[in-house]
Amino acid sequence: MSLDTWIAIFVSTVVAATPLIYAALGELVTEKAGVLNLGVEGMMLVGAVVGFIVGVNSGSLVLGYLAAMLAGVLMSLVFGVLTITLQANQVATGLALTLFGAGLSAFVGRSYAGQPIDGADALHIPLLSDLPVVGALLFQFNALVYGAIALFFAVQWFLSRSHAGLRLRAIGEAPSVSHAIGHPVQKTRYRAVMFGGACSGIAGAYLSTALTPMWVEGMSSGRGWIALALVVFATWKPLRVLLGAYLFGGVTVLQLYAQGFGLTVPSEFLSMLPYAATIVVLVIICRDPKTILLNQPASLGKGFHPDA
Amino acid sequence: MRLRLEKRAAPSAAMRWAAPLMATLLMLVTGMLILVLLGKAPGDAFRVFFIKPLASVYGIGELLLKTTPLLLCGLGLAIGFRSNVWNIGAEGQLTIGGICGAGVALAFGDTESSWLLPAMLIAGIVGGMLWAAIPALLRTRFNTSEILVSLMLVYIAQLLLGYLVHGPWRDPDGYNFPQSRLFNDWELLPLLWDGVRTNIAFLIALLLAALSWIFTAKTYAGYRMQVAGLAPAAAAYAGFSERRNIWLALLISGATAGLAGIAEVAGPIGQLQPQVSPGYGFAAIIVAFVGRLHPLGILLGSLLMSLLYLGGEQAQIELALPSAITGLFQGLLLFFLLAADLLVNFRITGSAR
Repeated sequence: MSLDTWIAIFVSTVVAATPLIYAALGELVTEKAGVLNLGVEGMMLVGAVVGFIVGVNSGSLVLGYLAAMLAGVLMSLVFGVLTITLQANQVATGLALTLFGAGLSAFVGRSYAGQPIDGADALHIPLLSDLPVVGALLFQFNALVYGAIALFFAVQWFLSRSHAGLRLRAIGEAPSVSHAIGHPVQKTRYRAVMFGGACSGIAGAYLSTALTPMWVEGMSSGRGWIALALVVFATWKPLRVLLGAYLFGGVTVLQLYAQGFGLTVPSEFLSMLPYAATIVVLVIICRDPKTILLNQPASLGKGFHPDA
Repeated sequence: MRLRLEKRAAPSAAMRWAAPLMATLLMLVTGMLILVLLGKAPGDAFRVFFIKPLASVYGIGELLLKTTPLLLCGLGLAIGFRSNVWNIGAEGQLTIGGICGAGVALAFGDTESSWLLPAMLIAGIVGGMLWAAIPALLRTRFNTSEILVSLMLVYIAQLLLGYLVHGPWRDPDGYNFPQSRLFNDWELLPLLWDGVRTNIAFLIALLLAALSWIFTAKTYAGYRMQVAGLAPAAAAYAGFSERRNIWLALLISGATAGLAGIAEVAGPIGQLQPQVSPGYGFAAIIVAFVGRLHPLGILLGSLLMSLLYLGGEQAQIELALPSAITGLFQGLLLFFLLAADLLVNFRITGSAR
């Protein structure tokens, strides 16, 4: 295969990985605070439809992204009120959020289905974008792709270097202890959940404005769930989330180029790859119970109420 | 003065059953509000959702028809949820059940025979069980979350169905439409009475509801699973096997979902199509919760959910609303239920501190 094909594969891998990076990093921070939000898929769908509608009607993608983040935050607040304040079961509420988000987005986006939108443009960085090979490989993406990498550095720094990040992790490990020494458990958890919502919202908007610039009902097709699996796969470490997302991005684009490799497998089987790969990596990581026990935030999925 | 939550000494039994009713009421009010905000007359909306679908014998038949897969899936899922086994892939097990049952029909159905229909049903059940056995095996053997695995398998099942109806099982005389040949009369479930589409699968589902009540309330296996859900530590101390619970929960829910799948394919659909369910497997999760994981509650919950499906279809025809409004209402119902559940374990007091 020619160099151009390899460049194209690399570029589409990075593009396909980007929504996973946003969604998984958001969920990582949420889970580090001890909250398991299974509603990523629903928040992504709502982000996708809101980002698309605002983008089309205002003509500004930036406004679309802001609206998508806001929509994600509002969705996550529903989850937060139910699980953090009202003590509802996190698994059930997360499922509810996904079912609700799927219904809401299909309902709201009905008249926008299949409409075109001017997708996000690739940035043109003077000199760098024009470099041979390297320019095409690294410097011709749209802004959200670079944003995802910036988000990775920010999350990495926040969790491992900042005081607030340390506090958040402590709350995820031992909420009662944190509460006893005066840390605001509920407030921190709300913020972590909202951060996750904003990230899922923008991940969704990326799907509908950059990856396949249009709105299609249910278009996230399980990416939210794959992002959840990525967090486990990454054993709750941001760098591994980033690498895992690129791995999955690679698996996703493999199907597009399989015929170039001389594979004659029906397309449906190639489309199964990301889902099958998710199961395989989960098995590999979870095989040893100690891996999960040592890395998973100790209070993950368990509610906490200071009055109770 | 501020509102405080005070934990009840014991969960309130009255609130346990009041919560689903409150949630249903709140969903109705919110739903009507949404429709009014969309410029529909409230009377019209109410008529379309709750009167029109039930105004004829045919309508009642449709209600029971759509109740069947919801009831089947809901019963199976509830057994798992009760013991903290979260099978959320019933939609996939339903799809595989439909595929396996249809496979029997397509392979042997050209000549009429009385064992064909039972064989199709059994194939559907076994197919659903095998599909659910994958998360069971991975959870018990490799400690892998059954939530994520069962969900991933939904997408894989749907793609497999897509492959079959686009490829090997496509009807050669079907003008290239992605569907199998139409089933013969002897491959279809008998109808309950003339003029409706409800078939005997509804009776099977009712029977299973009774059996599931006996299993939960009267058998030792059911008791073990209940303890495992309510007090995992006590279950472990008593030596109840967690592995066996996981296998039982997933195999039972896989079986009922598989049965629901073949009942749809050999019932109202009558052939294999790229989509065999409008999300019954997911809606059944809500049914199980709204029904308080109790067979009688699940029956009521699936009737309500079925009505929401019918109402959504009517709303599409009469009010020009997208049928996705059904999904919106389903989500709202579950949210309200989860919120109302607060009152089961907590009391709200307004005492000054």
